[in-house]
Amino acid sequence: MHKLTSLLLFVAGMAIAPAGLALDSAAVTKLGFGDNEEKIEAIAALVAEADPRAVVILEALAEGDLQTVDTDKRVLIVRDGKAADAITGAAVRPAPQGAEDVLVNNRLRAAVQGALAALKLGSPERSVRLASARELAGGADEAALPLVQKALEKEQDPEIRPVLEQVAAILQLKTGTRESKIDAIRKLADSSAPNTRSILQSLLESEKDEDVRLEVEKATREIGGRAAWYQRAGLAFAGISLGSVLLLAALGLAITYGLMGVINMAHGELIMIGAYATYVVQNLFRAYAPGAFDWYLAAAVPIAFCVSGMVGMILERTVIRWLYGRPLETLLATWGISLMLIQGVRTLFGAQNVQVINPAFMSGGIEVFTDVVLPWSRIVIIAFAFAVLAGMWLLLAKTRLGLFVRGVTQNRSMAACVGVRTTRVDTWAFGLGSGIAGLAGCALSQIGNVGPDLGQAYIVDSFMVVVFGGVGQLAGTVYASLILGLINKLLESYSGAVLAKIAVLVFIVISIQLRPQGMFALRGRAVEAA
Amino acid sequence: MSAYPYTGDSTLLRMFSPASWLALAAAAFVLFVVFPLLSLAVAPDSGFHVSAYWVTLIGKIMCYAIVAIAMDLIWGYAGILSLGHGLFFALGGYAFGMYLMRQIGREGQYQADLPDFMVFLDWKELPWQWWNSDQFWWCALLVVVVPGLLAYVFGYLAFRSRVKGVYFSIITQALTFAAMLLFFRNDTGFGGNNGFTDFKRVLGIPITTLEARVTLFAITGAMLLGTLVIARYIVTSRFGRVLSAIRDAEARVAFCGYNTLHYKLAVWTLSAVLCGIAGALYVPQVGIINPSEMSPANSIEIAIWVAVGGRGTLIGPIVGAGIVNGAKSLFTQVLPEYWLYALGLIFILVTLFLPHGVVGLLRGKASR
Repeated sequence: MHKLTSLLLFVAGMAIAPAGLALDSAAVTKLGFGDNEEKIEAIAALVAEADPRAVVILEALAEGDLQTVDTDKRVLIVRDGKAADAITGAAVRPAPQGAEDVLVNNRLRAAVQGALAALKLGSPERSVRLASARELAGGADEAALPLVQKALEKEQDPEIRPVLEQVAAILQLKTGTRESKIDAIRKLADSSAPNTRSILQSLLESEKDEDVRLEVEKATREIGGRAAWYQRAGLAFAGISLGSVLLLAALGLAITYGLMGVINMAHGELIMIGAYATYVVQNLFRAYAPGAFDWYLAAAVPIAFCVSGMVGMILERTVIRWLYGRPLETLLATWGISLMLIQGVRTLFGAQNVQVINPAFMSGGIEVFTDVVLPWSRIVIIAFAFAVLAGMWLLLAKTRLGLFVRGVTQNRSMAACVGVRTTRVDTWAFGLGSGIAGLAGCALSQIGNVGPDLGQAYIVDSFMVVVFGGVGQLAGTVYASLILGLINKLLESYSGAVLAKIAVLVFIVISIQLRPQGMFALRGRAVEAA
Repeated sequence: MSAYPYTGDSTLLRMFSPASWLALAAAAFVLFVVFPLLSLAVAPDSGFHVSAYWVTLIGKIMCYAIVAIAMDLIWGYAGILSLGHGLFFALGGYAFGMYLMRQIGREGQYQADLPDFMVFLDWKELPWQWWNSDQFWWCALLVVVVPGLLAYVFGYLAFRSRVKGVYFSIITQALTFAAMLLFFRNDTGFGGNNGFTDFKRVLGIPITTLEARVTLFAITGAMLLGTLVIARYIVTSRFGRVLSAIRDAEARVAFCGYNTLHYKLAVWTLSAVLCGIAGALYVPQVGIINPSEMSPANSIEIAIWVAVGGRGTLIGPIVGAGIVNGAKSLFTQVLPEYWLYALGLIFILVTLFLPHGVVGLLRGKASR
């Protein structure tokens, strides 16, 4: 039984062997002894045959391991002093004397690389195929076309296929007939690969055929139109991203100012404290748990919330509480607080910006099109902003504290009459708003500079958002931040950042004058009650 | 109500008590006679000599005091807190700064007809904003008209829509913030970040000499006293009483048949013009104007001068501007890191414990 199997295997091996040995030995010899032109022809021949042995030989050539022996016209692969026949792979012992290296110049090297990439398209490893497809996309020799087409028949991978299709189309453009060229241009127009436009443009320079030229122009227009859409999508993303930042900065204010009516000019500094809390947590992780550094945000988020929340509660107890009902005085006093907080942070951490490093999972981004990259940090922050919004809504709508806050806002004395400790609710509500400012700071630390002046940059913006949306309107705050973010980015693409910012401010100032209650304000009796 | 009742029951003489008139005269004597003599006629090594440093410092504080009175007119008397008065101040400063820049002539670093920053930006001719800016009268007109017009338009829109209270404060803050961003741009044509500086002369007179400084000082002093008299005239007139009534109960005043819009708009515009003039006097004394004068922080500081001195009094803002800015000069020399702590504490303590300011405190003591 045993013997029989091994015999069968042997016979099978014999049967397969001729296929394996179909390697064109003349090509290999030409590769070893021919001049450069002959060598390139030989490489093309090897590529056309697509034999696995060819990969080994070409790799050896690329690495300078291919040697020739003049006496018997043999080509050898010599590694670590051990020689093997290039065609058969059989060991040659002892290593023959007088073997000479096959010299490779730059032109040859490029041809070898292209050939190797084409040959590796048949590899069972997905990553090898992807890498070689990408390499071919950078520039491939015409001889690789049959191989690419063969690979395309088998290839199923969604990431590799479009690259290969593009390579095939480019190669067809170089060699094909008129029909195949036009066919290739259509294919290129449909692909979303980044450099198709420049490929088509370069074709336009050399191509004489009118039909092909027309087709190229049509395809360029199509691609241009699609690129414009991707640009617009990128712009919309940037707008939503800025909107989510504004939303984060304004959400806390929507509670302290919108619901409680406290003009807290130190809101920006509470954001800044949240950012510094993140910085401290990051440093602690780096010092004591470098292995878990990527997870420091998980700790920083609650800590930033608590630190800013605590500062807010202390402020409410010591200063703000005495100024309820006197908004202008509150404004001045909280401005004084903000000055002291800024200087305090300067004293503790220095006046320079500090460095907060993104965790690995937040760096990089998705490239949806050439030059349109969606950074992960921005995506995470958009998600975070809406998570905070959802959490805040749940807290206000579904919990006992939220009920108390709403009750005290609507009718303080009645709430007190039914036993709500209004002063304590004030403290908690202010702490909540401040804590959310801290969360905003944690998020902002991931996308911008962290310095003592961080809050100053956001105070005007966040008040604008709350006022624009309508004081006391959570939904209004959301709309306002997204609208302002989008408008800002849209204008920015026309007029630059500073003018866009000025235009938005003027827009808000005018819109407040047209609708003093905010864009999304309550109407009718609710206005009086609020 | 066709015309504004500017003329009330107070004649000019009755505006101040005899003692106050005497104090005013004494102040004028000190500002126009004693001070110039002490700085110009007394030898520099004498103990009584007033150096250029003090002339400039006190001149600067007097400019601030004018701003503070302007602020008090709208905040203390009409109940409108502006967080954008720094903008009007800076606009006045820029308008006069244009003239000062043109007066440099070819003595700038590049020895060109254009101001240095324009040469630096490779501009070939003056932008339209600078039209006629080599004429003193034109820039002096701009000092009054630009802040006044901006305030009039902005105020008209805001007061007509009944924007008031904190809303109004916040949009004035947004306004000055937007203007600051605008002036930070080089393309705006006013020197970008660096603004205007290196002034050489005004009306052909070298600006850095002690004589010029003392002259500017005396002009500022005259302007301060003039502002005080005008403000006193306004608040004792019928117009001023209507303003106070608007502050205390605007709806009732409106029900009585007064159009509150015009009252508020008039005092608001006047206040802005006064700020512009103060800014124009400030720039040649300090020697620099840049967009940071428009930062929201500067404007909000003006409010604290008034609050420290005492809102609703006219001497209060002067006292407040003196105390806060005197303290600032002291701190920035001795303990620069602690100035923001001190300023923050002033903000908090004054709002919590001194609702009527220093003057209110003294008056309370006196009446007890």
